[in-house]
Amino acid sequence: MAIKISAKNLNFYYGSNQALFDNSLDIEERRITAVIGPSGCGKSTHLRVYNRIFELYRDQRVTGELIIDGVNVLDPQVDVLELRRKVGMIFQKPTPFPMSVFENIAYPIKLHFKLSSKELKQRVEQALRAASLWDEVKDKLKNSGLALSGGQQQRLCIARAIAIEPEILLMDEPTSAIDPVATLKIEELMLSLKEKYTIVVVTHNMQQAARISDNTAFFFKGHIIEYGPTARIFTNPKEKKTEEYITGRFG
Amino acid sequence: MKNKRSITSRKWTDRLVRAFSIFAVAVAVMSMLWVICTVIYYGHRALRPSFLLNPSRPYGIPGGGIANALLGTIAITFGAALIAVPPAILGGIYLSEYKDRRVICSILRFSATVMMGMPSVIIGLFVYMIVVVSSGHFSGFAGSVALAIIMFPVVMRNTEDMLGLVPYTLREAALAMGMTRTRTTLRIVCFAARRGLLTGVLLALSRVSGETAPLLFTALFSDSWPTTYFSGPTANMPVLITEYATNSPFAEMHQAGWGAALVVMLLVLTINIATRLLIRGQADGH
Repeated sequence: MAIKISAKNLNFYYGSNQALFDNSLDIEERRITAVIGPSGCGKSTHLRVYNRIFELYRDQRVTGELIIDGVNVLDPQVDVLELRRKVGMIFQKPTPFPMSVFENIAYPIKLHFKLSSKELKQRVEQALRAASLWDEVKDKLKNSGLALSGGQQQRLCIARAIAIEPEILLMDEPTSAIDPVATLKIEELMLSLKEKYTIVVVTHNMQQAARISDNTAFFFKGHIIEYGPTARIFTNPKEKKTEEYITGRFG
Repeated sequence: MKNKRSITSRKWTDRLVRAFSIFAVAVAVMSMLWVICTVIYYGHRALRPSFLLNPSRPYGIPGGGIANALLGTIAITFGAALIAVPPAILGGIYLSEYKDRRVICSILRFSATVMMGMPSVIIGLFVYMIVVVSSGHFSGFAGSVALAIIMFPVVMRNTEDMLGLVPYTLREAALAMGMTRTRTTLRIVCFAARRGLLTGVLLALSRVSGETAPLLFTALFSDSWPTTYFSGPTANMPVLITEYATNSPFAEMHQAGWGAALVVMLLVLTINIATRLLIRGQADGH
């Protein structure tokens, strides 16, 4: 199986506090990789290195390498706008932009691609279909994106992310602010998306990790304790800490 | 049980505090109503079509109105908004979006606080020296400059506060889509906060539209139409009210002063109520 992302010895600092220690992780292409661990263990921090979104904050920095398709994307020479087009991100709380459903998707497309208005409409429809949202919103494309339900908003964000042709989708607890029925829809969506995209999902929900992921990484206090196929991690963990966590003894 | 406190005395304390707060609210509301009623009582008799449509006339000549002063005030306050709002919004954006540049931001914030506490008469005097004296004449424009200086820190701090209410995840989401920082700020963050920003501008406008002291040094007054905005003294409501109410021996002018006060009050109330409605719309999510 091809490796899409390879993190090598990532160390991450919030000011003078170190949050990640020597994280090394190989993410397989077109698979779902789940990142689990107790609160504050560095799961999200690790994920936020992959699209360099942490650079918004001046006191956060990282050392090490992050190889995507053979290129170290932490190199300042790498264009961060193009990196973020290639590596989409979905957040815990749905984050529709303050514009119409259509514009939520069309606006970012227009920033990255030159398209005729017909092509643009097609692209928006494709993205909404891929996010299984088209049937629900096709009659309210002009309505505000904020008027949709929470689950719909989250799928809108997924549609928006895939509309700009990424290769990787990072999902930071994408269902933790969403009701169970909508969660199920999003999990089904993720399973269909992995045919085209490499997905890395941070989740608090171990059942979710077990249900949808191919590989699982267990984080604890900024260290990657164990990484391997999900089936094995959940049935036969090698590390005592992993076993304690997945059996619910802490976390 | 020993050492038990009397329930009766606790209840009485409760009632006493409640009574005091109700009394305080009543005093506040009553004073506001008193002011409004007084202005309406004395002002409503002046409100005739000719009063609203004619320009003011010199002392003693009957039949004057306030049309020129109303237009002048509109020109001066909107001129002030044109001067103050763009840099104030940009300053607010800097304070909110680049707050990790702590030294610059704290200097900016401290200056704004000082400016907000500055008596407006001093600002009038300053603009008198800088604009009126150097140009050799009073002008409506000089009045706009003075009001702009008063508006600037108010709008800037409001912009900072309103942008601060936009959740950080929205910025991250925009950046994560490959947007630049500038585009994220202008198209996503400012747009999400647009009602709040507009509210701040409107409140600042309504606040300065009644400022009198700075205009006495800058726009002064004139009985002509406000075509002299750049070139000479320009009619405006606050100075008209001051002059008519305190500087005239004629009863008709006193009444015109009250009428003008009523118009200004209605104008400010309208802006304020419109602003409240805007804020309510914001709270509904869109």
